[in-house]
Order: sequence, then C-alpha cells, then structure tokens
Amino acid sequence: MSQDLFFQHLANGISLGSLYALIAIGYTMVYGILRLINFAHGDLLMMAAYMVFYGMLIFSLPWWLSVILAVILTAALGAGIERVAYRPLRDSPRISVLISAIGVSFFLENLGTVLFGGRAKAVYRPDWLAATHEIGGVSIMTLALVIPAVTILLLLVLSYLVYKTKTGMAMRAVSRDYDTARLMGIDVDRVIGFTFVTGSTLAAVGGIMWALRYPQIHPFIGVMPGLKCFIAAVFGGIGNIPGAVLGGFLLGIGEIMLVALFPDLAGYRDAFAFVILILTLLFRPTGLLGEKIAEKV
Amino acid sequence: MILLQMEGVGKNFGGLTALADFNLSLAPGELVGLIGPNGAGKTTVFNLITGVYRPSEGRIVFDGRDITGLRPDLITRCGIARTFQNIRLFGNLTVLENVLVANHLRLRSNPLEAVIRWGRYQAEEREMVAYSRALLEAVGLDHLAEEEASSLPYGQQRRLEIVRALATKPKVLLLDEPAAGMNPAEAEELMDFIRQIRKDFNLTILLIEHHMRVVMGICERILVLDHGLTIAEGSPAEIQKDQKVITAYLGVETGA
Repeated sequence: MSQDLFFQHLANGISLGSLYALIAIGYTMVYGILRLINFAHGDLLMMAAYMVFYGMLIFSLPWWLSVILAVILTAALGAGIERVAYRPLRDSPRISVLISAIGVSFFLENLGTVLFGGRAKAVYRPDWLAATHEIGGVSIMTLALVIPAVTILLLLVLSYLVYKTKTGMAMRAVSRDYDTARLMGIDVDRVIGFTFVTGSTLAAVGGIMWALRYPQIHPFIGVMPGLKCFIAAVFGGIGNIPGAVLGGFLLGIGEIMLVALFPDLAGYRDAFAFVILILTLLFRPTGLLGEKIAEKV
Repeated sequence: MILLQMEGVGKNFGGLTALADFNLSLAPGELVGLIGPNGAGKTTVFNLITGVYRPSEGRIVFDGRDITGLRPDLITRCGIARTFQNIRLFGNLTVLENVLVANHLRLRSNPLEAVIRWGRYQAEEREMVAYSRALLEAVGLDHLAEEEASSLPYGQQRRLEIVRALATKPKVLLLDEPAAGMNPAEAEELMDFIRQIRKDFNLTILLIEHHMRVVMGICERILVLDHGLTIAEGSPAEIQKDQKVITAYLGVETGA
C-alpha cells in the first residue's frame, strides 16, 4: 500500500473510530453506575437521526436548529427510558433490568417502523460537508474532518464534567459505591438520571453524524453501531471512560484497515468486531484499561 | 431534651429476627457505646437509623421529626452521618474529593445553574473546597489531599472516613468499630481524636466497638446487645460487673 493510500485509510478509520468512541461512552457510563448494558442505547442513534430528518423535512427548520432540538429530545428520551424502564427495577436482580433494556430496544425499533415506515430514507447531506479537500495527496471529505473535531470537543467537555465538577464527582462516587454515596447525602437517582442525559446526548450527536456518514436511515440503523460500540466499550474496559474512547478508535481504525489490507475480507467487516469481542472476553475480560473487577459488597 | 429516639424498633429478615424491641434515646452531646458479640445486631441498629434498612416495627424520631423509612440521602441531610466497619471510602477519588463529595448535599446550585449563574457557583465551589481543606488540616491529612484515597495507610483511611462523615455537618455521628484492627497506641490516639471532634463539632456520638479499652474509656453510657435483644444498659462500671453481659461474652460456666 502506498503511503498516501495508507493515510487515506487512516483518516477514514479515525473518523469512524471517533463515532464509535462517542457512542461507546454512553454504554460505559451507564455500566459504570448501574452495572447494566443499556441495549436501548443504539436505538437512540436512530431516533436522533429521524428527528433531524423530520425536523428539516416536515417542520422546515434550519439544519442547525433541527440538530439542537434532536439532541435535546434524545437526551430527554434517554432519561425517560431510565425513569420508566430501569428505575422501577432498581432493587430487582440485574438480569431483570437487562431484559427490560432489550425490551426497550425492540420497542423503539418497532415504534420507529410504525412511525417512520420500514423503507430506508435518503438523508440530505449539505454540500459543504460533502466537499472534498486534497491534503498532502490524501483526499478527505469535510465530514471526515468534522466528525473527529466534534468528538474531541465533546470529549473535552465530558472530561471537564466528570473530573472537574461536583456532579461529575458524585457520578464517580456513585459508580464506586452506590450505597455509601447515598449515605453521604447524594441523591443517587438524580445522579443516575444525569448520567443517562449525558450518555444520550453523546449518542444523539453520534447518531446524527452517523446518518451523515452513511446517508440513509431506517428504523434498524442503530442496531449494528450499537453492538459495535458496546464491543468497543468492552474492549477498552467497560466502566472506564478513557477505555471506551480507546476501544472506539482502535475498533474503527482496525475495521477500516482490515478491509484496506485484505479486500477479499471486506464481507467480514462486521465480523471483525465480534472476533475482537470474543478475544477480549477470552484473554482479557476486563478490557484494555479495565481495572480488576472487585465484586461490590 | 432528646435528639435521637428509637421506640420499640425491630427488624426481621424473613424468619430471622435481627433486632427486637430496641429502645434508645440520645441526649444532645452524649457519647453512648453499643456493644455485644458478633451478630448481636449492632450494625443493624446503624442501618436502621441511617435508612439502609426499613424497620419492621417501631419508630425512629430525630430532632422532633419522624424519620422512619426515609431515604438514606434524606436522613443524612437531616444531620446523621456514619462510618463503616469495613472502610468504604471512594477509593477512586482523591482524599480531598472524598470530603468534597460529602459536602455536595449542602450546595444549592445544580448543573444548569452552574452554567447560568457562574458567579454563585464559583463562590460556592471555593467555599466548599476551603471548608474541606480546613477539615483535612484539622485532622492532619491536608498534606495528602491530592492522593488517591485507596493509597492511604489503614489508620489514615479510618480517619478520612470520619472526616468525610463530618463534612456532611452531622448532629449525630455513628461510628462503626473505628478502632478495628488498631494496636493499643493507635486506639489511644483514636480516643483522643473522638473526644476532640466531639468537642469541636458539638457532636452526639453513638459508637459500636469491640475494643473494650476504647468503649470503657470514652463512653458515658453503654448498651449491650445479644441476639437482637438489649440485655443490659448502664455506665461502664455497671456493665463490667453485669452477669448477663459476662455470660454473653464468655459463655456460661459449666461446672469443672
């Protein structure tokens, strides 16, 4: 592979990886606090994408306003799901909550089919995003630059939130020890609600950018990215935010490079992620940056 | 005047009675000990007061307010704080953050206000950090403020746990075996420390402890539990002579 081509693929991989990273954070944050894999997370991408689509098409809103509204509504939806489907099960066995999460996921997919129809819709991609630039022999679409830029910006905001604010401090305390946090006067339900808002916001932005990158939406577009980002989170060490980011980038770059180096394997592109999952679970179940799992007492 | 009152409180887990007909009244400023063999129900009393368990029967009144069955975080806000038998610090947070987190509940601004009313948020934040640092300084942990809590030696972790509880500005402090695993010298130091904070923070203290030197040394009144029942109550001198207490601890003499 020529050097130019290598950088071309690398740029592509970084752009995909940053999407994975953004979405994987939502999985890892919720897992960190509730020890729950929120299977409905992937479907939030789909909901966000449709919201932008209809905001522009039906309500003729400018694109930026549709995006802002979609992000806010998706964040509210994420928090609403927690309220309705997870909070009532707070004292139930973990498996019940997991089943509830799978139920919500199916519900959203079918709700999408009823509301929006099962046929794929083409997403309008603004010209300035689709324009390509020649940078040192590599041709890159504006979108491929915008995606990592937005991701990095959001990662900075997130780390400020988690490591510098008192709400973030409460989140870290709750993820360490739920009951003790409560005894220190922390309103655990509020912290959990806030966690869902944060994760869903990132999922919404990720979903919208996903729809721009692969400009076609249908009610099941969230499924595969959802699964892959879950894998990215496990690969990086579930419960660990930097781990989710690392896992996301490695998975995205790895996937693109696999296809680039072995074009014959292009059909196994999706399988790559699952192979990573199996290998992680076999050889390093706590993931790349995961801590030793101390069972909560 | 009574600050904390438990009337006929009981707790069953299925068929097992962990605590039965438990009565306690704490007057402001008192330091009361709670002792008994393992499994006697001492920690259950703490879990009932702090709302971790809901009583099966009876009533708990704090500062004139019925707190029976209230959520743990709300009870903490009323002014009851505790430490744990097995240290339960937030090991992934720094020493300072552990104290800050317990301050959290006294803050008024929420994340939204943090953006809108930046000024007030900053002022509150500064005040909170200053207060937490002052607390750490008062107990000689200030030089470790930026260390991860889990990296502290055992004795200091115990101390930090007490400081964290103090940061919630409690009226009543519940200490669950603070001297566990300490040698006599450390236990002595701890007793001074407890006396000190009791005076400085105007605290009423309920103490669970196995370390008899500590219990007899600082408590004014002692309650003895065995198998969920209160078998004795009195001054340290009375308790030491009480036949039922001796039996509970040492077993019955069977001739020989």
